Amino acid sequence: MLADERTSAPVLWPDARAPRAGDAMTEASPARPGGAMVEFDGVGLRYGPDAEILSDISFNLQPGSFYFLTGASGAGKTSLLKMLYLAQRPSRGIVRLFGEDLVAMPRHRLPGFRRRIGVVFQDFRLIPHLSARDNIALPLRIAGVSEEDLSGPVGEMLSWIGLGDRADAHPATLSGGEQQRVAIARAVIARPQLLVADEPTGNVDPEMAMRLLGLFEALNRLGTTVVVATHDIHLISRIENAQMMRLEKGRLSDPTGALRYPPANRT
Amino acid sequence: MIIPRVPVQHRRLLPDRRLSGPTPWVIAILMMLTLLAAAAGVGLARSANAIGAAIAGRVTVQIVTANPVTRAEQAAALRRAAAAQPFVLAARSVEPEELQATLGQWFGAAEGDDPVLKSLPLPALVDIDFVGEDRTGPMRQLQALVAREAPGARIIPHAEWLGPVARLIRSLAWIAGGMVLLMTLASAAVVIMTARAALATHFPTIEMLHLIGATDRQITRLFQRRIAIDTAYGIALGTVVAAAILLLIGWQWSGVTSGLAATASFGPAGWALLLALPLLAIALAALTARQTLLAALKKIL
Repeated sequence: MLADERTSAPVLWPDARAPRAGDAMTEASPARPGGAMVEFDGVGLRYGPDAEILSDISFNLQPGSFYFLTGASGAGKTSLLKMLYLAQRPSRGIVRLFGEDLVAMPRHRLPGFRRRIGVVFQDFRLIPHLSARDNIALPLRIAGVSEEDLSGPVGEMLSWIGLGDRADAHPATLSGGEQQRVAIARAVIARPQLLVADEPTGNVDPEMAMRLLGLFEALNRLGTTVVVATHDIHLISRIENAQMMRLEKGRLSDPTGALRYPPANRT
Repeated sequence: MIIPRVPVQHRRLLPDRRLSGPTPWVIAILMMLTLLAAAAGVGLARSANAIGAAIAGRVTVQIVTANPVTRAEQAAALRRAAAAQPFVLAARSVEPEELQATLGQWFGAAEGDDPVLKSLPLPALVDIDFVGEDRTGPMRQLQALVAREAPGARIIPHAEWLGPVARLIRSLAWIAGGMVLLMTLASAAVVIMTARAALATHFPTIEMLHLIGATDRQITRLFQRRIAIDTAYGIALGTVVAAAILLLIGWQWSGVTSGLAATASFGPAGWALLLALPLLAIALAALTARQTLLAALKKIL
């Protein structure tokens, strides 16, 4: 069961045998050594002619760190995450990811960067006609990993999330918690450098929420930068050294300046 | 590649049910009509060309001298004199029996033994084919020759009375070609609508694929393959039905041996065009689907 393994990584990660989606692409360059993984500088976002829903957002996310993004409903959390996982370009400002300016980046280069980002959606977004196994395997298949190479990691991932015996089940036949675990497995199977999760525990009971958080923590210990948007204040207290970003009416609250000027970068 | 190769596991990203619903049937109907119009166009164009070539340099001299003996002598003299001219390719007297047989079809006495037919004062006819395509000079020389050998005879250029028919047939061939073009455009429009409908139906899947790093090319190949296969089914069905109709018409046409109808045929180039049309249609559908999909995907980040 997942509960017993929540603080340990799947076998497929530590031995580094598992294929990484990023291995198959060359478009995206690695993050600058010692630099921030994500840099937002004066970013604003508006949809159409309306007023900005995000204004003057500036922060840096360090490699291997764990961040919580909080804020009231409508504060702009999902919009901010959309820019993080490259589903949305900002209306103004600078966004750098893995050391590259994404605002001016041509569209055809985006897939290479997306393969380095895992996303857990609040509504799971599993493909309904695919089995749990095929949903989890999707990022590896898209990255061009052969069937021979992906069957092992996908099987291990299924076991790790406790769905080894439900590999062929379709999303409609899975419970909310099971679907959530499949969605998380899909997000992390390719060992992303950045994991973005939008209310990942919003649809599960507290026990399952803690289990899922254990997955993120394990992944974070392996070097992945994790950003979790949540309302759950109890969840935040469970992760040591996690930093918190708070959005209020489209503006980022950073009273300590740690996000804008993290200790490692201060001069 | 008209139908792109996609790994089996990737094909499962689209559900098993057909993407396009009625598309194969609409394409089948359009393909059938396209092939029939193309066949009509090819047949008519060849007929028009055949008629045009046949009448371009041919005239018939009609000798209407009242005395049948004199008439026959004038015809023979004119034929001999014409045959000796350098501007004449061939000169031939139309035998009275041939004239009677032709008229017999209209009089209902094909054997030529009808007393009324035999009593008719038929003119003597001499068919003359000119050398080359220039008719002005030879016509002037022929007029002089006719005035000398058969005064009072009339020269009838075939182009004068068959020309309008040839032009009408050529116009019909152009109209058929226009119909082929319009139906090709309609087929392309069907493919465009199918591609857009497929994108709209599967937008959540496409968005998901994009977000996990799928390229436009990967997504396009998936949909292009499915649309091309659907379209190919429709084109194959339309081709089979059109072929059956053409064979039936061809079988019935084979019994028609007289007049202009006998000149209708497809010829090797026509057959090649008709055989190539379905393949071109599949290629056009795949290309249209690809461009439509790529253009639509570019609107998504």
